[in-house]
This record gives sequence, C-alpha cells and structure tokens, in this order.
Amino acid sequence: MIDIGLGHYLTLGAVIFSIGVIGIFLNRKNIIVILMSIELILLAVNINLVAFSIYLGDLSGQVFTLFILTVAAAEAAIGLAIIVVYFRNSGTIRVEEIDKLKG
Amino acid sequence: MIAHAIFFYTFSLIAVVSAIMVTASKNTVHSVFFLILDFISISCLFIMIGAEFLGMIMLIVYVGAVAVLFLFVVMMLNVAQQKNQWFAGQQSSKHIPVGLIISTLIFVEVIIVIGGWKYKPEIFDINNSFAQTSISNTHSLGQILYTDYIHVFQISGMILLVAMVGAIVLTFRQRSGVKRQSYIKQISRERADGVEVLEVQSNKGVKIDD
Repeated sequence: MIDIGLGHYLTLGAVIFSIGVIGIFLNRKNIIVILMSIELILLAVNINLVAFSIYLGDLSGQVFTLFILTVAAAEAAIGLAIIVVYFRNSGTIRVEEIDKLKG
Repeated sequence: MIAHAIFFYTFSLIAVVSAIMVTASKNTVHSVFFLILDFISISCLFIMIGAEFLGMIMLIVYVGAVAVLFLFVVMMLNVAQQKNQWFAGQQSSKHIPVGLIISTLIFVEVIIVIGGWKYKPEIFDINNSFAQTSISNTHSLGQILYTDYIHVFQISGMILLVAMVGAIVLTFRQRSGVKRQSYIKQISRERADGVEVLEVQSNKGVKIDD
C-alpha cells in the first residue's frame, strides 16, 4: 500500500478511464462535456503509457504519449469547430435535441 | 518512500475527484475548470514518476491550449446558463443503468487484467532504447524522437497543420452586408471603369447616375 508501484498507476488510469466512459453515457447536457470526457479517456491512456515506460525503462511509451497529445489537441480543435458550426446552424447543442439522423 | 506515497495518493485523489466533477458538475464552465485541475494533478504525477518533459508539455498543451479553447467555446456558445438536467426527464433515465453497467464492466475487466498480470524478467532486456540515468529525461527523449521516430514526428506535424486548416475552414464565414476593403478590386480598377468623357452640349446639362 505504501510502496507505490506500477499497479497503482494502472489502477488510477483505469479509474479515470471508467469515469470518462460514464461521462459519455450519462451526459444529457451538451456535447462539450462529451468532448471533455473523451479528453479524460485519452488522459487515462497517457497515464498507462507513461507508467509502463518508466517501469520498463523504455522511452518509446513517452514518445507515443507525445503523439497522443498531438492527436488529442487536433481532435479537440476540430471537434470544437464542428460544435461551433452546428450551434450556428441549429441554435442548440443539447444532446437530446441533436437527432437529425434519427439515431 | 512515505513521501512518495503521500504525494501519489494526494494527486490521484484530486485527479479522480475532479474527473468525477467534470462529468457531474451543473455548470459547463465549472467542468472545464475541473478538467484543468485534473490535467494539473496528472502532470504533477508525471513529474513525480520521472517523466518531467511530458509533465511540462502536458501543462503547456492541455492547460494552456486545449482547456482554454474549451473555455472560449463554452463562453462563445453561451451554454453556461443551460443548467444540467442529469437525472431529470424520463428519456435520460434509461441511459443511466446502461452507462453504469458498461463502465463498471470496463473497470472490472481492466482491474482483473492488472491484478493477474506478472512480469517476465527477460522483458527488461528486450529494448535497447533504455532511459539512461546520466542524461536528463528531456535529453534522452529528444535523442530518440529525432532519430528513430522522425517520420512519425513529421506526420504528427502534418496532422496539426491539417487540423488547423480544417478548424479555420469550418468556422470561417463570409458575412453579407459588411463592407470590406478588397485590394484586388482596388488595384485592378482601370481608367475606363471610373472615368467617362462626355461631350456636354450647351444648355442641356449632363444626366448622371443612370
């Protein structure tokens, strides 16, 4: 319990990942919170990669964390741009009112 | 070792609580702030575990850029006063057990995998890109990022470029009714477009603006 090892970090990553998944499912408010939940999920993946990279002594994990960071930033920018355009066209970003595709 | 444990538990508790608050808080602006707090505590964990460069990059990229972008969009779209109706409404209540079941399943699976997982001792010798202790984390990361991963690095630069262009193209709009200076129109104006020479006859005058 006192001795912090790889398992502690992996458990933290699992907890944050699950919270992100819960946030995607339970959200009824607006899409921005769903995007934030996706950011949380990517953060959990980053925690796992960095923990493995440190404990195995292999730097490739940190390099891939860097690339995940890049893709997450690009995804946030594009997603927010799409949300802005959708809000301009339809006037709402509430999740239950976005049902044009009847999904 | 005690201090390490105390710091780990403090930061991870802050991270988990703020992650819960991101999804549960009533106000969207508050959830963005909790997201920032989450990123800060996770980057503290990264710095603590020995990945200083990633911790700092995390602060710069996420807190400095992504979270501020979220904040701008939240304020621009004026959704802050759309209050949360988490458990209100009959339609939303049927999603809650499904979400809870799925996320609990994922959590249990991951915990089972972590708990039943053992190292093979040989796995430590496989890789040659070991983190050397004599040089700093940033130095060693740069040494393999610009040699082994140079193509991936450049592709990620291209991804950022495409994302930038895409975001600009998506949100750009040409407003009608706004007068703008157009350099091309001004420069390409010829004498024949603007000036006309008329023979004005006596006592007749000139009819303009027809």
